[in-house]
Amino acid sequence: MIRSASAILRKDLRLEARTKESVPAMLLFSVTAFVLFHFGLDRDSLDGELASGVLWVTLLLASVIGVTRLFAAEREQGGIDGLLLSPADRTGLFLAKAAALFVYLALVELVALPAFTLLLLGPGLQPELLLILLLANLGLASVGALVSALASEGRARELVVPLMLLPLLTPLLIAAAGATEPLFSGDGGPEDLGRWLGLLSLYDLVFVLLSVAVFDYLLDD
Amino acid sequence: MPALPLDEAGKYVAGAYVVFVALILIYVAILGAKIARIAREIDEMASEK
Amino acid sequence: MTYARGLKPLSIATVVATVVGFALVFFYAPVDADQGFVQKIFYVHVPMAIVALCGFVAGGIMAIKHLRSRDPSWDMRSYVAIHMSIILGLGVLITGAIWAKASWGHWWVWDEPVLVSFLVVFLLYCVYYPLRFSIEDPERQARASSVFAIAAGAFVPINFAAVRLAESFTHPRVLSQTGGDLPGEMRLTFLVCLAAMSLLFVTLWKLELTSKHAAMSLKRLRTRLAAAPS
Repeated sequence: MIRSASAILRKDLRLEARTKESVPAMLLFSVTAFVLFHFGLDRDSLDGELASGVLWVTLLLASVIGVTRLFAAEREQGGIDGLLLSPADRTGLFLAKAAALFVYLALVELVALPAFTLLLLGPGLQPELLLILLLANLGLASVGALVSALASEGRARELVVPLMLLPLLTPLLIAAAGATEPLFSGDGGPEDLGRWLGLLSLYDLVFVLLSVAVFDYLLDD
Repeated sequence: MPALPLDEAGKYVAGAYVVFVALILIYVAILGAKIARIAREIDEMASEK
Repeated sequence: MTYARGLKPLSIATVVATVVGFALVFFYAPVDADQGFVQKIFYVHVPMAIVALCGFVAGGIMAIKHLRSRDPSWDMRSYVAIHMSIILGLGVLITGAIWAKASWGHWWVWDEPVLVSFLVVFLLYCVYYPLRFSIEDPERQARASSVFAIAAGAFVPINFAAVRLAESFTHPRVLSQTGGDLPGEMRLTFLVCLAAMSLLFVTLWKLELTSKHAAMSLKRLRTRLAAAPS
């Protein structure tokens, strides 16, 4: 299972490296959103709640692009039949897709965070943010893979993905923004960080298990 | 919060209960329309023969 | 036709429970010391919210049964349970807004975690329809809908925990919505209203199922008649 999952993951990453369909679009979207927030809020630099809210809402919206495209190659070119005929099982497929999304998100954040710091953020970045990003990406990746598979069953993929993904991510947004806010406040250390990270981990755990459990029922014909 | 006087509060309470009753009535009306369509189609099929 | 079994006694029980419940609300339950008469909204708003949430979770459980058994009737039950819960959910949001206006002066308050979580859950479940009706193949439609119902059903408690956690230190609890520490008369009234609302939910659920079942049987009959040589 791990071997077939890593084979699918390698295929997806190679495809993305060649076609550049998701990551550059997500990145471009994030930077555009930062510029829009600058004008919309009419602020040159943000801190505290506002900074963490802007960052997380932007990342969540950017993830919609990646989630919409996650199963696009398979659906549009019929590759899904090939994948399903191969010995790779559904759990492997889910793990591969979630891992691909995780990598995309990490790549996007690698550039979007410095851009955010440069363009909008008042105080500097702190190392704790890395942990928050890691847990949030894990949740985003598992929910995203599930939503993408579900939405690609029907015709209304572009409509269902954002409408379903964003409400599902509300607890993740609450926890991630709550954990990030003290880091962006400039003063003092992170308070309540453990509580928010606990909530994030619980969210990740539930959705990873849930996605693995129900993925078997998706995508077959 | 100070409690609202009865004449003021009455409107809100009545509003909430009216919303509930109206919701059920609208639902029943829609269901009735659906059943009427089923009945009409059965009628058509019965007279086609 | 099995859907309609017990519909008649259920309907009668629903009517009786609702009439008794509303009579208790207005003639028996004492007027709340803090909130005054406005608190009467509690008896319609909270049971409706509890029943709608239970309906969402029940839809998820029926969806699990569908995926396990591959029996399309469980998908139908799950679909109708979610459908009824969305209708009640609309009522919850409207009565909640009225209550908020009456007791806080605003139509919407963000620091009432239960109402806010309910809005998020409601928004999520609204996507059930576009998802379901964008899939034509009936078997895949049923499977995808069930997967949605399970994921969303599991989401309900997590979301409530998250929103509660987000608000827990900014807002002390003003309203006790569990009914745990209500005085005896209020509690009895609340429980009767809750029972009435649950009966109403089951009755409407069965009615809707019966109607959907009839429509589907009719469709089958029609194709069979068209195929038969006359």
